[in-house]
Amino acid sequence: MKFSVLVNEGPYQHQASDSAYQFTKAALEKGHEIFRVFFYHDGVNNGTRLTVPPQDDRNIVNRWSELSKQYNLDLVVCIAAAQRRGILDVNEAKRQGKDSNNLADGFRISGLGQLIEAGIQAERMVVFGD
Amino acid sequence: MSEGVTKKFMYLNRKAPYGTIYALESLEVVLIGAAFEQEVNLVFIDDGVYQLKGNQNTSVNSGIGVKDFSKTYRALEDYDIDKLYVDKDSMTARGLTEGDFIVPVQVMDSAQLAELMQQQDVILSF
Amino acid sequence: MLHTVNKSPFERVSLDSCLRFAKPKDAILLYEDGVYGALAGTRFESTMTEALKKFRIYVMVPDVEARGMKVDRVMAGIQPVDYAGFVGLVEENCPVQAWL
Repeated sequence: MKFSVLVNEGPYQHQASDSAYQFTKAALEKGHEIFRVFFYHDGVNNGTRLTVPPQDDRNIVNRWSELSKQYNLDLVVCIAAAQRRGILDVNEAKRQGKDSNNLADGFRISGLGQLIEAGIQAERMVVFGD
Repeated sequence: MSEGVTKKFMYLNRKAPYGTIYALESLEVVLIGAAFEQEVNLVFIDDGVYQLKGNQNTSVNSGIGVKDFSKTYRALEDYDIDKLYVDKDSMTARGLTEGDFIVPVQVMDSAQLAELMQQQDVILSF
Repeated sequence: MLHTVNKSPFERVSLDSCLRFAKPKDAILLYEDGVYGALAGTRFESTMTEALKKFRIYVMVPDVEARGMKVDRVMAGIQPVDYAGFVGLVEENCPVQAWL
């Protein structure tokens, strides 16, 4: 079955991203297709590669990146929400005249239309948030 | 991309405005959803009913210093979004009446809204 | 349809609202802080006893155990699941509404 996932909270502050990850992983391991994981609101903060969590804790950002690599998972960060919160890829950083970018491997930045499309294409939409 | 597919989308708002950004960013999704020509059902439950309160008085330069986005609800009809539903119990529990709202809405009881919920393909909750 | 509740009933109205809008035979999953609503001996026990007559209710075991409890503290009739079980509930029910 084809699922889409919406993550509305950032890493560490709320359990939402952890739960979304565990759900997504379990779905993939059961042989389901995850059409897309869309990160919105503070959820866009899951996509910064500059996080440095303590070594004895999970690395939420890397965990998503690795899952993306393993399953060719589409991780999309909302551009409008990302711009508000300082999450930029190389092109956006250039376009906005910023001196740096911070998008992690496996994530891409795109518009809200990708969330609607995720709802249209998938048979189920599951929301994780606060 | 997704031509010809029309799904029923419900946007379920349960948070008050300004205290958190959910109301504003939810509205941004609603406008995009309409552009994709999907069926849009906008529902306000719990503190979400406060989003629709008229006379919100703030701007970037005055009051709390935050943009008043409530006027966007008035623009919804330009996007052919006319299915705005308010949960009656949430409204009355908060001392509000239909006259408090910035736009016309349909007030429904929980049984009607529950039925509407069951008919959806996608529920995006904020 | 499937309803998910991830907030403690002591802090938020998420569980109350979920129970108000769920229809008979719907599935309800309590996870994250929502698992506190599934425990025996709380002031929500009678609410949940009534709810169990109408709905299928599930609780996320990893969340229960993370919070210092075992499944034996969960009310009888509420069914334990893991993440694979969560996925199964999503397979079986449409749509999914998250009571955040």
